[in-house]
Amino acid sequence: MSAFFQQLINGLSIGSVYALMAVGYSLVYSIMNFSNFAHGGVIMIGAYIGFFSMTAFKLPFTAAFCFAAFGAGILAVAIERIAYSPLRKRNAPFLYFIISAMGVSIFLENIIIASPIGPTFRTYPRVFSAAPFNIGGVNIGRLDVTMFLISAISLAVLVFIIEKTRTGMGIRASAYSLRASALMGVNTDRIILIVFGMGGFLAGIAGILFGMKYTVYPQIGNITIKSFIAAVFGGLGSLPGAVIGSVLLGIIETFTSGYLSSQFRDLIAFVLLIFILVVRPKGLMGKITEDKA
Amino acid sequence: MDWFYIKGILILSGINLMAVLGLSLLTGFTGLFSFGHAGFMAIGAYVTAMMTIKFHLPFIPSLLIGAMGAALASLFIGRLTLNLKGDYFCIATLGFGEAIRLILDNVQYFGGARGWPGIPMYTNLTNVVILDIIGIAILVNLIRSRHGRNMKAIREEEMASQTIGINVFRYKMIALAISAAFAGVAGGMLGHYLGFLQPKMFQLIKSTELTIIVIFGGLGSISGSVIGALVLTSLPELLRTFAKWRLVVYGVAVVFIMITRPQGLMGGYEITAGNIKKLISRLASFGRPRQQTIGGDKE
Repeated sequence: MSAFFQQLINGLSIGSVYALMAVGYSLVYSIMNFSNFAHGGVIMIGAYIGFFSMTAFKLPFTAAFCFAAFGAGILAVAIERIAYSPLRKRNAPFLYFIISAMGVSIFLENIIIASPIGPTFRTYPRVFSAAPFNIGGVNIGRLDVTMFLISAISLAVLVFIIEKTRTGMGIRASAYSLRASALMGVNTDRIILIVFGMGGFLAGIAGILFGMKYTVYPQIGNITIKSFIAAVFGGLGSLPGAVIGSVLLGIIETFTSGYLSSQFRDLIAFVLLIFILVVRPKGLMGKITEDKA
Repeated sequence: MDWFYIKGILILSGINLMAVLGLSLLTGFTGLFSFGHAGFMAIGAYVTAMMTIKFHLPFIPSLLIGAMGAALASLFIGRLTLNLKGDYFCIATLGFGEAIRLILDNVQYFGGARGWPGIPMYTNLTNVVILDIIGIAILVNLIRSRHGRNMKAIREEEMASQTIGINVFRYKMIALAISAAFAGVAGGMLGHYLGFLQPKMFQLIKSTELTIIVIFGGLGSISGSVIGALVLTSLPELLRTFAKWRLVVYGVAVVFIMITRPQGLMGGYEITAGNIKKLISRLASFGRPRQQTIGGDKE
């Protein structure tokens, strides 16, 4: 039984980091209706900023954390300006956005490989002691708890911004209809920048957490494909859906690798993706799907 | 550069071209976007290799069986997901492609993730060129037929096509199956050119590469796809001297094309004798006000 709880807690901790990434995907999707495949690149850069602030510049964890989050946020905004906004001005079909995003992601991954940083795997310096908490026979790693708490707090702040502030109202209105909100006087250009900034900020946090849990390497961004599945699972464009989908996916993955075989972990995730799209394309909590299914 | 090296690049371009032709039918002429064509290539590659190695069949029949295998898989996945629109179909194909790769990773009969060495090297420049020409001929004839026109109608306006009595779902299925068959042939040729297969060769990035080629060449243009496949397969090879930086340049180039010339190289035009004549006469009358072009920019 204790193994069961162990797996559950691992799943929750992984799932909460997936949620940080999935929320970024979902935010962008809800407003611009395309899947931002460059998100993985932003996470990767965030992880590297955190890593070098802590190793090369010997900064404390909190400072590195802030640098990673803000750096990734600025990067996400820059990507929007350079790669998407010219397409947006032209009303290009969604596929052009996706291809552009793929181009950005290829660029980011390879610029790291080509630069002196290189393709090597790097390990974060240890911030939290490896000694786990022991609660009723269940060992909980300090890092896992930290990951979960940081993710939960970040998501709570995000929900607060979206539900309670004026900007949040603009975001919600733009998600409903970009054109109508623009006509009602919402500065949609600014809203889009804010959305990318927030998504990038969360991506930076996810990057530094993932880097600490595993290692940092140029392909770390590929992990976002999981958060993307989670976003579809929960319902693209829905924030609560993205969080629930991510946590469920995290738990399903840890249980698959714990009880079946770790080889099936990724396969299960993709089969789940197709299954969801066939059975319930709008996901668990998706919004209206007139155009989608 | 010696001939052997150039020949290798040409063969790889030809193989890519075959897959791109199929994707061109699906994306450029029917308006469906797929990020799972590497999965169809993988099915074609493994089925073809199974036929030649385990059942000792000759190369061409094996290729056809491989193509049929890919087409069958596409019918299965199409039946399930072609009702989804736009982005969601795209995501479904992405999931399918990755799922195929991960399944192959676990099939020990084909060597699993370690790969499958010792595949006879039947592919050479001659049969690649011949197969490509056959592929182009099939595609050109299909697009000029009633069926091709129906597909283009679906691309332009799905609802209107449905209203005038085109069976949209059926035509989407046909386009998907044919494009999967092309990808299957490409996969079969690839396996028998390299002599080695590994599921890793058919990652998402391969599907992306194919889609990028189609868009680079110009949606709805077969000549564009041909030029795109030749240029974009050989360009990274020519940039080999830059080694690590070539993919950086590639990424920038992709974004640049999307921003500046989204209609692609050919922008829906074809290279035919008639069009070349028109182009020359237009160049001759350079300077006079131009007429609105037909079939180009679709924004």
